[in-house]
Amino acid sequence: MTVRKGSRPPFRETNRVIGRGQSYGTVDDVVDAPVLTEPRATPAWWFVGMLLALAFLGMYLGTIVYLITTGIGIFGNNIPVAWGFPIINFVWWIGIGHAGTLISAALLLFRQPWRTSINRFAEAMTIFAVVCAGLYPILHLGRPWVFYWLLPYPNTMGLWPQFRSPLDWDLFAISTYASVSILFWYVGLIPDLATLRDRARNKGLKLLYAVLCLGWNNSTKAWQRYMRAYLLLAAISFPLVLSVHSTIAMDFAFSQVPGWNNTIMPPYFVAGAVFAGFAMVLILAIPLRKAFGLEKLITMRHLDNSAKLMLATGLIVVYGYVIELFIAWYSGAEFERFMAYNRVFGADHWWAFWLLILCNFVAIQPLWLLRVRQSPIALFIISVIVSIGMWLERFVIISITLTKDFLLSSWHDYQATVFDWSLYLGSFGLFATLFFLFIRVLPSIATTEMKELVHHDAHHGSDYFEKIRAKETGLEVDG
Amino acid sequence: MSDAVMEADTRNRGLYGLVAEFDSAEEILVAAEATSQAGYSRTDAYTPFAVEGLDDKLGMKPTRLGWIMLLAGTAGGFLGFFMQWYANVVHYPLNIGGRPFNSWPNFVVITFEVTVLVSAFTVGLVMLARNGLPRPYHPIFNTPNFENATRDKFFLCIEARDEKFDLTATRRFLEELAPTRVSMVER
Repeated sequence: MTVRKGSRPPFRETNRVIGRGQSYGTVDDVVDAPVLTEPRATPAWWFVGMLLALAFLGMYLGTIVYLITTGIGIFGNNIPVAWGFPIINFVWWIGIGHAGTLISAALLLFRQPWRTSINRFAEAMTIFAVVCAGLYPILHLGRPWVFYWLLPYPNTMGLWPQFRSPLDWDLFAISTYASVSILFWYVGLIPDLATLRDRARNKGLKLLYAVLCLGWNNSTKAWQRYMRAYLLLAAISFPLVLSVHSTIAMDFAFSQVPGWNNTIMPPYFVAGAVFAGFAMVLILAIPLRKAFGLEKLITMRHLDNSAKLMLATGLIVVYGYVIELFIAWYSGAEFERFMAYNRVFGADHWWAFWLLILCNFVAIQPLWLLRVRQSPIALFIISVIVSIGMWLERFVIISITLTKDFLLSSWHDYQATVFDWSLYLGSFGLFATLFFLFIRVLPSIATTEMKELVHHDAHHGSDYFEKIRAKETGLEVDG
Repeated sequence: MSDAVMEADTRNRGLYGLVAEFDSAEEILVAAEATSQAGYSRTDAYTPFAVEGLDDKLGMKPTRLGWIMLLAGTAGGFLGFFMQWYANVVHYPLNIGGRPFNSWPNFVVITFEVTVLVSAFTVGLVMLARNGLPRPYHPIFNTPNFENATRDKFFLCIEARDEKFDLTATRRFLEELAPTRVSMVER
């Protein structure tokens, strides 16, 4: 076979899972440095960010205190709009919480090596988002202190939860998802905690990591069981991820409300969740790689792939919008048709629908271009727009649908109150506080898995092929 | 230290094994193969990451975690369904819109979630338990430079309880594998 000289363009960074010249040691040095710096040497931006996060967290806690002492009358919820901001925010946060486990589990099963750099902080993001999400339905109960009535437990009333209700399925799905995600995250962390135990110079810190890593000793027999357990956890987590948002979608699909009672809801919600999740991964990854100098580990390839997944799932979501409207017309059902008309052209909230189309459809179109996918700033802006768009989607589906139901006499508009907003914005404080703590005390990239990747890359990675290609084509290797 | 002194020392304090240190995953794969071919069976390697094929080269049997998970998942599934069936058919039958008490399609989601919950926690906890974790002390931690086993060094240990273990001969054998160092590790 003859290869014409210079016939192919040189490798782009997009093709690299990790930057050139990584060794086992450099992975540790780069990733563990921010974790092991002395408390006094913590960068100023961390303190600024943490203070801001704590301020919002204070607002969140203040709202909760007011909510519990006063009741859910402080929200804009009414009849017929019984599901307002708390449920919108719940679905929004849980959607964001999907990308982490999907990246860790699904991409592991599909043998996508690029997952390794982003799985750890994406899993952390998942757990924190699920924490934010899970609190909403509980706070929304009216009497949050008896939330445990939802659980099947032996009680003096001799009662069981209503297992036939999607709301109880929800409880099982979310609590399973939260606990399995934490387990998966922790199992993944154990070898990294052992690394930190061996690196830490501070006595107290060393003890902390030694306890947390359970005495992990890197033995091959332990690795063998560990890798198998990790794979099995991934295998069981993948269907779990898909089940969680499907179950939440069934909260809607099982009802008889026009616009909710659709079979398309579960897959459409799952696609939306992955869409929102990848947007949040990008929102977190882009500043994180800059702040900690992780550009060689979280490369353009990661941003590029996340953007492509965002585009693909975004288009599935848009397909969902189209089918929703089409089925509303095709069903011939008067209430369905009116619901669709009201969403798109209704006098009160038409702007929400069109803004959502702008955010979730128009704004992602630039992602077709390589130049946009290669620009962290553009990706960051698009991801923020997508997050807003996904929030609007839930607003349109949940609250606007409810404002005008079967009977004219029961129509009622929905207006969010200041406490709706403070509980929503405050939940960012909860999320950010947890995330700032996480990046300070735990490695934000899975170092042992990265070392495996360095090993793998040396034998099968782009560097190896680049050498062959350079020899073949006579092209100089850049850099 | 002469071998005779070392022997005496070993008898006094108890020797865990001889540990050879290597610089790369490729080297330890070769060394592991040589070790199991030489007939050593009580061996283990300590590496910064799971080196592919190393368990095989050391002659380790595959783990049975998958079967444990299958059993746990099946049990969890039955448990999840039984809970709902018992509650709705036996313990507190509720007539909802004239539907059958055992309306199984409504029980699918919770059955699935309980299956996942039970199997995931079983596999995670069994993995830790079979690895003997949590375990604050392990003799291998006495190895010089072992803190780099989590960074970029690779250790191969032939344990003293191995039938073929002989301090002098095993030490010579390990040194022939060209490690950076061979150390005696006490328990």
